[in-house]
Amino acid sequence: MYAVSQIAYIVASALFIFALHWMNTPATARKGVYAGVAATTIAVLVTWAEPSVIHHFWIIGAIALGFAVGIPLSRVPLTAVPQRTALSHAFGGIAAGLVGTAEYYLRLSEGPEWLTPFRMTALIAEVLLGYLTFTGSIMAAGKLQEVKWVPQRPVTYPGQNVVNGLLFLATIVLAVLIARDPAAAWAPFAFPVIVFLSLLFGVLLIIPIGGADMPTVIAILNSYAGLSAVAMGFVLDSNLLITAGALDGSSGLILAIIMCKAMNRSFTNVLFGAFGQVQQAKAGGETKEYKSETAEGAAQVLEQSSFVVIIPGYGMAVAQAQHKVRELYDQLKKRGITVKFAIHPVAGRMPGHMNVLLAEADIPYTDLVEMDDINHDMPQADVALVVGANDVVNPAAHTDKSSPIYGMPIIEADKARTIFAIKRSKNPGFAGIDNELYFSDRTWMLFGDAKAVIGDLVKELSGGSGMH
Amino acid sequence: MNNEFWSTMFVFVLASFIGLGVIRKVSRLLHTPLMSLTNAISAIAVVGAILITGGDYPLRIRVLGAIALFASMTNIVSGFLITDRMLKMFKTEKR
Repeated sequence: MYAVSQIAYIVASALFIFALHWMNTPATARKGVYAGVAATTIAVLVTWAEPSVIHHFWIIGAIALGFAVGIPLSRVPLTAVPQRTALSHAFGGIAAGLVGTAEYYLRLSEGPEWLTPFRMTALIAEVLLGYLTFTGSIMAAGKLQEVKWVPQRPVTYPGQNVVNGLLFLATIVLAVLIARDPAAAWAPFAFPVIVFLSLLFGVLLIIPIGGADMPTVIAILNSYAGLSAVAMGFVLDSNLLITAGALDGSSGLILAIIMCKAMNRSFTNVLFGAFGQVQQAKAGGETKEYKSETAEGAAQVLEQSSFVVIIPGYGMAVAQAQHKVRELYDQLKKRGITVKFAIHPVAGRMPGHMNVLLAEADIPYTDLVEMDDINHDMPQADVALVVGANDVVNPAAHTDKSSPIYGMPIIEADKARTIFAIKRSKNPGFAGIDNELYFSDRTWMLFGDAKAVIGDLVKELSGGSGMH
Repeated sequence: MNNEFWSTMFVFVLASFIGLGVIRKVSRLLHTPLMSLTNAISAIAVVGAILITGGDYPLRIRVLGAIALFASMTNIVSGFLITDRMLKMFKTEKR
């Protein structure tokens, strides 16, 4: 029986690796999901069949409840996917935390000798990462959903990093003390303190981070959720848990690195840099004039171009404009105009956010081009149409050494012959930085809600040449 | 440190290398579905939750296990479903 279950776990581990491997192209990606489902099903059934598992009703009940909540959670609108992802990191975190807590008190009463320093260290790591991921992800989800009880702007105060550092040090000292003597009389009372500190830590780590940094934060939390599963694997001596957790942990790490590179910032800068402060100091100052254009005028320019690059940003998601963008794409394609979408790695609120929204609107993924590839072609573009993107097209990243985004790679919209930028209002963007692009002599602003403005463009284009 | 530690550490290091190698090749188009997929995969913590919930343990221990089982199961179900829902949308050409 032992051999059978071990073989099953090896198969499940291999399937998880294949699941991720098949994600390397959209053509095979769905196969990856099926591999993942198969692996998880095997793991659940084999574990369930263990002789020590006897309370089946409890398991059925919890699984049924998981389905009842999980199915609606998988049907959220795609604009809400960042929040959903953050929320699921929270679920993963609390699961690891609770299992670790249960394991500690169980072993303490049934045989403390099982709690070797090694297992205890892993168990504390599991609990720490689990609870920290739980509250951190709840805060992140709250920021993304823009709920009232979570401040949107970064919350900073003097000595913040010192306070966090001291708290972390206290947690580690306590963790070492418990790991050395897990069965001490005081240990069962000190353990909840670690739980509390971890929960508190999750909140403190996220409040100084602004909305524009969310793609990195989500990726880091993804990594933590994976690492907590690894720690659980060390406690339970399960190679399956360790493998699956390590895959998740490295995935989150790579995504976080890609996000940081795309913003030309370091991990520590994102986590402890309090990005928000620098910019607020910069805002204000001289007032410059925008040139605005009507939908009619813009439509005429678009009609006469042969290569149009559309640069989507978070504003497109907020306005739910992706379906109107698709109509515009169709109108332009009908005229034989080449249309490409330029996707910046940090456009939106999570890695790959724009691709999913555009795919939802039925735009072929072959027309979604990464930043590095499209930048070569930007000088040939007749029109660059910026839809709700801001910092990712700000030329200050190249030219202005004092700008907080200096050095960040951008989509070079400023190289296009004509630039149209759709913008909700005349205020600076989320990061609060002025955008030089909007004042260029080749830029015309289209003010209004992205969905409405693109709707007007489509109306102009379909009215003008609806004959053929 | 005993043998058990070293053999699990071995698995962890190798699995991380495989993870880094495989993830690096994932298409950038698919980073959002990748994240929801790894979410579902890391819900493999469900294994630990089942052992705690189903074991012959005191009630309060099993309650903690059941909550963890519910949370992991939610992640498994919603993670795989939404990943598939997103991947279905990625098409090459219009009909």
